[in-house]
Amino acid sequence: MSTLEIKDLHVSIETEQGTKPILKGVSLTIRTGETHAIMGPNGSGKSTLASTIAGHPRYTVDSGSITLDGEDVLTMSVDERARAGLFLAMQYPVEVPGVTMTNFLRTAKTALDGKAPSLRHWTKDVKAAMGQLRIDADFAQRNVNEGFSGGEKKRVEILQLELFHPKFAILDETDSGLDVDALKVVSEGVNREHSKGEMGTVLITHYTRILRYIKPDHVHVFVDGRIAEQGGAELADRLEEEGYDRFTATETAAVQA
Amino acid sequence: MAETTNVDEITRNPTSIEGFSEEGESLSELNTGTEQLGLKKHSHGNAPVIPEASRGERLKSYDLSDFAPLTGQEEDWRFTPLKRLRGLHSDPLTGTAPTVTVTGAPNVLTETVERTDGRIGSAAIPEDRVAAAAWAAVATATVITIPVETVADGEVLVDLAGTDSTAAAQHVVIHARRFSKAVVVLDHHGKATLAQNVEINVEDGAELTVVSVQQWDDDAVHVSSQQARIGRNARYKHVVVSLGGDLVRLTPSSVFTGPGAEVEMYGLYFADAGQHLEQRLLVDHAVPNCKSRVTYKGALQGKDAHTVWVGDVLIRKAAEGTDTYETNRNLLLTDGARSDSVPNLEIETGLIEGAGHASATGRFDDEHLFYLMARGIPERTARRLVVRGFLNEVIQQIGVPALEERLSEAVEVELAAGNL
Repeated sequence: MSTLEIKDLHVSIETEQGTKPILKGVSLTIRTGETHAIMGPNGSGKSTLASTIAGHPRYTVDSGSITLDGEDVLTMSVDERARAGLFLAMQYPVEVPGVTMTNFLRTAKTALDGKAPSLRHWTKDVKAAMGQLRIDADFAQRNVNEGFSGGEKKRVEILQLELFHPKFAILDETDSGLDVDALKVVSEGVNREHSKGEMGTVLITHYTRILRYIKPDHVHVFVDGRIAEQGGAELADRLEEEGYDRFTATETAAVQA
Repeated sequence: MAETTNVDEITRNPTSIEGFSEEGESLSELNTGTEQLGLKKHSHGNAPVIPEASRGERLKSYDLSDFAPLTGQEEDWRFTPLKRLRGLHSDPLTGTAPTVTVTGAPNVLTETVERTDGRIGSAAIPEDRVAAAAWAAVATATVITIPVETVADGEVLVDLAGTDSTAAAQHVVIHARRFSKAVVVLDHHGKATLAQNVEINVEDGAELTVVSVQQWDDDAVHVSSQQARIGRNARYKHVVVSLGGDLVRLTPSSVFTGPGAEVEMYGLYFADAGQHLEQRLLVDHAVPNCKSRVTYKGALQGKDAHTVWVGDVLIRKAAEGTDTYETNRNLLLTDGARSDSVPNLEIETGLIEGAGHASATGRFDDEHLFYLMARGIPERTARRLVVRGFLNEVIQQIGVPALEERLSEAVEVELAAGNL
């Protein structure tokens, strides 16, 4: 059982207009086996939270803490965080020239486990996971994300999730840009990994539709860098009917994420 | 780095990926907006250039006096810093050329011949002033012959050891007789200021690989014309690897003279601070049903590292059924480097199988690094992973394991020197 604990987190970014605060005191505790949905309008800071947990250099933590089983995540480098068990499925996975998927997956797995995976099992695992996510076998020889469609990139993110077995997965708008079929395939992948009972999941989404396939235990609504409301799965249903209007009606300044 | 599959697509979709430009002509536009590269606007605009009507009409002559002295404004010299040619284009070529030692493949014939030998000029005609100057200056040539229907017994290793920095000329002829098969490695190293002609004659049904490695000392200058004449149903593979030297300018060309032939041309170049590595290619589809593939990849690091790739493909009226594709990719590892990439495709017949080109120049940036590190990969490993993977595609084409290993190691050394 692991715990990812975020306490009173304040995060800002540097812009041409100066320092801009984005997260204004976010506290959240996620435990192994739980699924948390983080919802909210554009610019509310959802993706900032995801990137900050992963350690993206663009974001500055001004105060607060993130700990993983008591260990200070904020002092870890990006790769150390990954090796500690944090996984960010990116909203916009980048294309990495010159590195094949096969080479990338094996190098990452080796780094994460501290030893090279057994070649025989690894090849089999990769093949099986690709099949389940309906990723064409020839993707293995293509460069990371190079020329992949938006949907293919998202599947490849979930492929990594299933191969790397993180302690906590943060899915940053994994549902965006997916058609219904792809959404199902991707959701099944997340559910497969989650159902092993060794992972906590943070699902960041603008829309409720992915919640039909991945059932959250907790729903948190982000507005202007804070959690404006939280509850169980029923809160998502309410949002689907009412939208974010009742939260944003009182907001005068939208915040860019 | 996106790859476009045909010319039309390039036009429609010139910058589909942020931070990447496709099509060489748009390169400078991208650079203009990237201030930290410190580049001037559009590299074509430095001097008025009168273009040839067709690449096929470029002047060819064995006579040096047919070529006007260079000004640097010529279309095919506009990227080359003439001042750094150390007189190759203007002075008598009186220095000592690199010492040629041929080993391996005992069933392959090596001769040193007088310049009156009929095999000189059998595959090439100079297309620029430096090549013509070298042609005029040499007294002898090295001729390597793979006899008729002979499979070379191992690789032919041609060691070219430079010892003199005075401007010199050299001539090498590689003659693959009909239905022969061989791999010939030209291994350039040492110090040199060299104007060189390499003539490659690939007769009907022959299968020849020529690898030209430029691992010169830091201050070497090397201008090499490597023209190949490809016979009916022949297979020709040309691989250039340029790592060392102050200025290296290669002009490899493949001219099809009989139908059914196939050509692959590969290149790898790694430019460090101040280095100028230039390659200008021509594939001349003059006859029907031939196939050509060109893949050149470059990495650049350090201030004023400069690479140039110009790929000319000419499909003449008679060349029906031609199938051609050329690709150039460049990876800018640091700020301050500059890569020019210009693919040119000239098509005189519509009755072809396919013709396309792609050029992409990208930067290894913080987002790549973040992505790889977010998967647990340490920074140093991540950087090397990208560069090694990028360049390996070309190294794999050499087919001489010992040389592949040596060049992989050389790339590692380049990377280490750049503190990557």
